[in-house]
Amino acid sequence: MRKLASHRLVWPAGVLLALLVANFLWNRNFFNVTILNGNLFGAPIDILRRAAPVVLVALGMTLVIATRGIDLSVGAVAAISGSWASMYIINSGDRTSVKVVLTAVGVALLIALVAGAWNGFLVSVLGIQPIVATLVLMVAGRGLAQVITNEKILYPDNTPAYKLIGGGYWLAVPFSILLAGAIFGLTALLTRRTALGTLIEAVGVNPEASRLAGVRSRSITWIVYIFAGLCAGIAGLMLTSNSTSADPNSIGLFIELDAILAVVIGGTSLAGGRFSLAGTLIGAFIIETMDTFVVIAISARSTDVFKACVVIVVCLIQSPEARAWVATLFRGGKTRPPVVMAAVTTTAAPVSASAAELTDIAGRVSS
Amino acid sequence: MTATLEVKPAAAAPKRRSLRRFERYSQIGATVVLLGILLGVGAKLYPNFLSGQAIMDLFSKNSFLIALAVGMTFVILSGGIDLSVGAVMALGSVVAATLLQQGWPAYLVIPVVLIVGMSMGLLVGLMIHRFNIQPFIASLAAMFLARGLCLVVTDRSIAIEDPFFKTMNLAHINLWESTTVNLRGKVRISQVYTTPAVLIALAVLVIAFIVLHYTRFGRTVYALGGGESSANLMGLAAGRTKVGVYVISGLCAGLAGLLFSFYTASADPVAGIGYELNAIAAVVIGGTLLVGGSGYVLGSLLGVLTLATIYAYKEFDGDLNTGWTRIMIGVLVLFFIVLQRVLVARRK
Repeated sequence: MRKLASHRLVWPAGVLLALLVANFLWNRNFFNVTILNGNLFGAPIDILRRAAPVVLVALGMTLVIATRGIDLSVGAVAAISGSWASMYIINSGDRTSVKVVLTAVGVALLIALVAGAWNGFLVSVLGIQPIVATLVLMVAGRGLAQVITNEKILYPDNTPAYKLIGGGYWLAVPFSILLAGAIFGLTALLTRRTALGTLIEAVGVNPEASRLAGVRSRSITWIVYIFAGLCAGIAGLMLTSNSTSADPNSIGLFIELDAILAVVIGGTSLAGGRFSLAGTLIGAFIIETMDTFVVIAISARSTDVFKACVVIVVCLIQSPEARAWVATLFRGGKTRPPVVMAAVTTTAAPVSASAAELTDIAGRVSS
Repeated sequence: MTATLEVKPAAAAPKRRSLRRFERYSQIGATVVLLGILLGVGAKLYPNFLSGQAIMDLFSKNSFLIALAVGMTFVILSGGIDLSVGAVMALGSVVAATLLQQGWPAYLVIPVVLIVGMSMGLLVGLMIHRFNIQPFIASLAAMFLARGLCLVVTDRSIAIEDPFFKTMNLAHINLWESTTVNLRGKVRISQVYTTPAVLIALAVLVIAFIVLHYTRFGRTVYALGGGESSANLMGLAAGRTKVGVYVISGLCAGLAGLLFSFYTASADPVAGIGYELNAIAAVVIGGTLLVGGSGYVLGSLLGVLTLATIYAYKEFDGDLNTGWTRIMIGVLVLFFIVLQRVLVARRK
């Protein structure tokens, strides 16, 4: 029992459970899943389907964050890949042709791959801080998407073949859920059943030490950014294929923030190192369930405030200083000084001592 | 033999010092050259690109960006980052418009907006200093919070009818007369003017310059960016300064909100999305090191003017895709980051 309580997924899972219960209390039909025309419908399915792009982006983000990096450009990459695919399908003569759709998807994913490789190049070869390196593509990427679509909002009237990616059904289940689930499973298999996961964590804990230990930290860093780019590209395809319009300014807007939030809620530290894919999955579900709850129970306008409060609370829970502070509050506020103060006094002590010695010496010299 | 050995380093020393000085100013020099090139190309492509009023418009259309960039310079110099400024700016203008709509007088609304901005900054600063949360994530939370509060206050754009704000919107400060020749060869004499918002933004810039270079607080900001533990060991008030930097950034964002509502005479809860990126870009282009500790607030003004010139291209050429301005900004940021990287690597 204690082992279960100390497991790091307990907190996020508990939050998710609480949110689901809250949703159920508000709407007793919440868990009803019906079959309509042979396809599954219902609130949980909706949440899963909306979570699919966020799960994908967060999956890539988890690995990037595990290497002590961050990728701010995923939203822009999603916009590029989504708008390129839509543009190609619209401009092609035969929209219904599966070949056209496959080409569009293939090239869009290739572009996303290149974008990820570009980020990886800036971070691993040029050694630029990840926040800054990916900021470049975050700014310029949406510009590229606008150039691709000629600064127009596209109305792609999606054919069944393209619609399948984000809005279609396969074996009675929304295809996007299956796709995201498959990629998730594959990633989990690759990182947990091979040494790749350990290598990624090693790079995140200490890039220099892992390089000296024979880990190719440069290639690992490169691989995770390429993977993040690819995931963002697929998410972009999902988002555009499930909507009737494709606006390069709004495809995947703020998805990077949702993804980072999902990763952080899932218990992966932004400082790099140990990561939890299952935690990320739960984090993404928490975000979508919370959105649903806030929209039906309070108002759609206050979702951002809620999200902000969740980020702040999660960060505070993860911060040792905050926990120490709360602990002193409960003990009456005087028993134990916070950790930070202790550290400062210990570092200050030798300085003041040497200062005292100096004045002592100075006094002796002058006398 | 010994004499020549002694002479050699002595001769090399001044050379190295001049080289270091060259390195110190090379970034800002690159910005100046770049701005010159951009203006020159613009003048070549579009008539009247360099006319007095067009130059003044670079300032007056971006007065709020100057304020944001000034605040961001403090934060980046101290080694942090503040992603909340765009949202706090929108919050400032929304709060101002709502309070004015409810009949509050302008002289009460303005301090309230500034206090709102400062408290958002204080929140970020305390999260970073007290609870050791990364600046990036703390300011991200503040960005969500501010944007969310905007939408809670109002979900549509509000027009401002207050006489003071109207005056600030319409007021022109005439500077000099200029003669322009249009395409048909007609000569027009017009007044070159600027707006009060520009004067306020420039005053903020001057105050920031004085604070950064002539006060203990300013020196501590630079010291913080150089290394927090060494700043602590030197006995500087590192913690207070760290919080102070974010309060200043919040204050500047609140002020930018006011300047924005002067400029548009309205408030929009979704205004200023992505302005934090513009502010960061302006600071980087202005030659401030993103790792902190080195840079000039006046450089950030040059950065803002560079962005303003790129936006002016779009205004002078309606057919130009907005995408290209974004790509150009991205490329410039990349150029300056790589330049920083090379300079820092050589210094080591």
